[in-house]
Amino acid sequence: MNIIIAGNGKVGSSLARRLSEEGYNLTLIDSNADVLSDVCEDCDVIGVEGNCASMPVLQQAGVEDADLLIAATSQDEVNLLCCTTAHGLNPRLHTIGRIRNPEYTQQIYAMRDVFALSLSVNPEKQAAREIESLLRFPGFLQRDTFAKGRTAIVELRVDRDSRLRNVSLNTLNSIVKCRVLVCAVLRDGDAITPGGTFVLQEGDRVFVTAPTANLSTLLKNLNILTRKVRKVLLCGGGRISQYLAEQLCKDGISVSLIEVDYNRCVQLASALPDATIIHGDATDKSLLEEHGLGNCDALISLTDTDELNMIISLYANTRGVPQVITKLGHPENRSISNNLALGSVISPRELCCDTIVRYVRAMSNLSGTAESVHTIAGGQVEAVEFRVDEHTQNLGTPLKNIRLREGVLLVSITHGSVTEIPSGNSAFLEGDTIVAVTSRRGSLRQINDIFA
Amino acid sequence: MNYKMMGRFMGNILLVEALFMLPAGIISLCYGEVNTMWSFLASAAITLAVSLILRLLCKGAPSAFYAKEGLVCVGLSWIAMSLFGCLPFWLSKEIPLFIDAFFEIVSGFTTTGSSILLEVESLSKGALFWRSFSHWLGGMGVLVFLLAFTSEKGSGFTMHLLRAESPGPNVGKLVPKMRSTATILYLIYIALTVINIIFLLCGGMHLFEAVCHAFGTAGTGGFGIKNDSLAGYSPYLQNVTTVFMLLFGINFNCYYLLLLRQFKNVFKDEELRLYVGIVMASILAIAVNIHGLYDSWRETVRHSAFQVASIITTTGYATADFDLWPSFSKAVLMCLMVVGACAGSTGGGLKVARMMLLFKSLRRNIRKTLNPKKVQVVRNNANVVSELVVENANAYLAAYVIILFASFVLISLDGFSVATNFTAVLACFNNIGPGLEAVGPTCNFAGFSVLSKLVLCLDMLLGRLEIFPILVLFSRSTWKR
Repeated sequence: MNIIIAGNGKVGSSLARRLSEEGYNLTLIDSNADVLSDVCEDCDVIGVEGNCASMPVLQQAGVEDADLLIAATSQDEVNLLCCTTAHGLNPRLHTIGRIRNPEYTQQIYAMRDVFALSLSVNPEKQAAREIESLLRFPGFLQRDTFAKGRTAIVELRVDRDSRLRNVSLNTLNSIVKCRVLVCAVLRDGDAITPGGTFVLQEGDRVFVTAPTANLSTLLKNLNILTRKVRKVLLCGGGRISQYLAEQLCKDGISVSLIEVDYNRCVQLASALPDATIIHGDATDKSLLEEHGLGNCDALISLTDTDELNMIISLYANTRGVPQVITKLGHPENRSISNNLALGSVISPRELCCDTIVRYVRAMSNLSGTAESVHTIAGGQVEAVEFRVDEHTQNLGTPLKNIRLREGVLLVSITHGSVTEIPSGNSAFLEGDTIVAVTSRRGSLRQINDIFA
Repeated sequence: MNYKMMGRFMGNILLVEALFMLPAGIISLCYGEVNTMWSFLASAAITLAVSLILRLLCKGAPSAFYAKEGLVCVGLSWIAMSLFGCLPFWLSKEIPLFIDAFFEIVSGFTTTGSSILLEVESLSKGALFWRSFSHWLGGMGVLVFLLAFTSEKGSGFTMHLLRAESPGPNVGKLVPKMRSTATILYLIYIALTVINIIFLLCGGMHLFEAVCHAFGTAGTGGFGIKNDSLAGYSPYLQNVTTVFMLLFGINFNCYYLLLLRQFKNVFKDEELRLYVGIVMASILAIAVNIHGLYDSWRETVRHSAFQVASIITTTGYATADFDLWPSFSKAVLMCLMVVGACAGSTGGGLKVARMMLLFKSLRRNIRKTLNPKKVQVVRNNANVVSELVVENANAYLAAYVIILFASFVLISLDGFSVATNFTAVLACFNNIGPGLEAVGPTCNFAGFSVLSKLVLCLDMLLGRLEIFPILVLFSRSTWKR
């Protein structure tokens, strides 16, 4: 499949990396030759220098033979023009545009066909939605849902006083008193696929698969206190904050938002009448204390600078805020951040890439293609959801008789509305949904890839 | 530096080389040359063994691979390839001295075509085939072959290899995937070679000779299988060879554009136009200068065209001893030696594209001295050429001249005439083959000392890989931890 990526920023370059690893033919367009040559040295892609919204440049990039165009420049208007122009040159083309300005949301939705957008992505809005879902289910650092919400993979951190400390995985189910499966452990920055005798240590981050219905049992038996979130402190007043504050206010949660730029504060104050907008520096401890750091239920650091976000979150953690969420724009720094107590880490770029990669895989239209893909464990592990169809191998065979590919773990089978954590006697049938986990990114593209 | 990854690459290259020794062994078998056949089998076995050991040692290499690794890897690979490639000549005792065998195969892989053999025809058929085949392999590059036909997973670093091995000031991919690019290049190369063989067969050439000559033409190498190169063949065969030499001197991107039916872009290509212009003008100038040496104008033009094509594409075949031609003709040919073929072709030399860039940048600098505040960009085919490329072309010229004169001085220790020494270096450095006087088309390089032969080997490698991949091997900062 031929894919053109217009705009080689954060999203563009990580997309280029991921999609070229999966073997697509990629052409990159950017007006900055230096940025372009960096990526071309790194990945197996070809670069075209120029304005991606202009017809000759698009033609030079081979838009006539392309199957998909992803417009991810920093400007919404350019992205729109790029998609519209490209679609005019090649009516078969699918287009994905990154549109971030909230003012355009409505017209994008209403005029999709006019702009010829197959999909519009908004990393900030997606990040806001993700944070909101984390706030609704406090207690987990990360929570990914599969099979229409029936299965979840949740992230837990083993702290000093955690009941999971020094527990062997064989005895885990008797402690939490429900069936769950540990599909990955992140220890010292490395993702491990644990066996039954694996013993959890302090500082491990554990990724647990469980039927959604069992999550509350899991939390209760681990003595993780969960109280409903009533007061939230947002640091930084960017787009994510705005989307998030809007939604939280609607849910009746009390929101305080700290922003350093006065004019932006005025803007936010007029857009968010129910939120408390504070003009000040979020790294200022006394300011945080003054506005209720001690009694808030969650702190979310969303400034533009990763370093600031880390510092604010670390401080909030030492002050005992029950839930801390940190936004990181450069998730490459994971190796550092994994060892810090930053709470949940959200990366708008990764979320956006996941959405686009999911769309691209669906376009490949193979039988049994992955329905959704989530990256967990600091980006080192992929959890992939498949639908079992009539072409799937080993239908009805008990798992103990099936040889799976190396590094692949089958973590859940959903029959109808019941999710089962698989054991040796489990089997899957046509129409089931399964979730597989692998440490080799991009290796699972269709369901039969999981077999050896 | 990532030595393991480089070791793995070299292991793969030697594996490919071992496989390519087998056809030559089969040909020896067909002609009943048992001794040669065994030497090929033994060489293939040794190469294979080393390759497997390298691959075993370098298992689980980390994937970090940058420009530096790419350059060093290409430079070392070519040296290793030559060291193993000369084994068949040496083991079969057809070329008894190791340095001579090494010189011969370096000359083969770098598509130079300079020989140390006093007499070619006494060589066994297998050895003749291996000589010609080395031209064909070296022409497009073994690493490019590796990129095209093995499952080396395509990530970005392969770009460093392509750039280090392919000639030209501005190497780029044709299509997004490296593997597809390399495959397209090789398919065009194979197709053109086959067409060449068919044309030669139509002229009544024997199959073995046709294949060997086509290999020599395709790689713009120049190893003949007759003592008098192509002088003994019919005018038709000479003309076919002239045309194909010129075709292989054209940038292969042009053929790809032709396949895409973008005729306009091909005919508007500045480099191609200049190349055709230089060829035409040189043929005319030499024909006028040498008429009278031959019976008819037709014969005059035929010889003039053949020699011009042979020299500008850096092939090095000959139909006439141009050492006997008037000085003006020799001077024109010497200039053509330096100019060389188009970038992205199998030919050597400075490359027409680089010459063009150098002239354009020179013109700009002159204008700039007249009008210091003037801002001007260098263009090629209406596209702006980045300053980095212009700068690199200038640096290349400087390195080229320094190496040329350093080698010239070293060679002069042997006591041959100035013209011999200078053209010997020119012929090797630009991958042409024959020079003038003692290294002219009818003579050979056997008379040089071991030191001179080593210097010339180095020159050939420097010329084929465009200097930097070999030069970095001698830089201390390359090996510093």
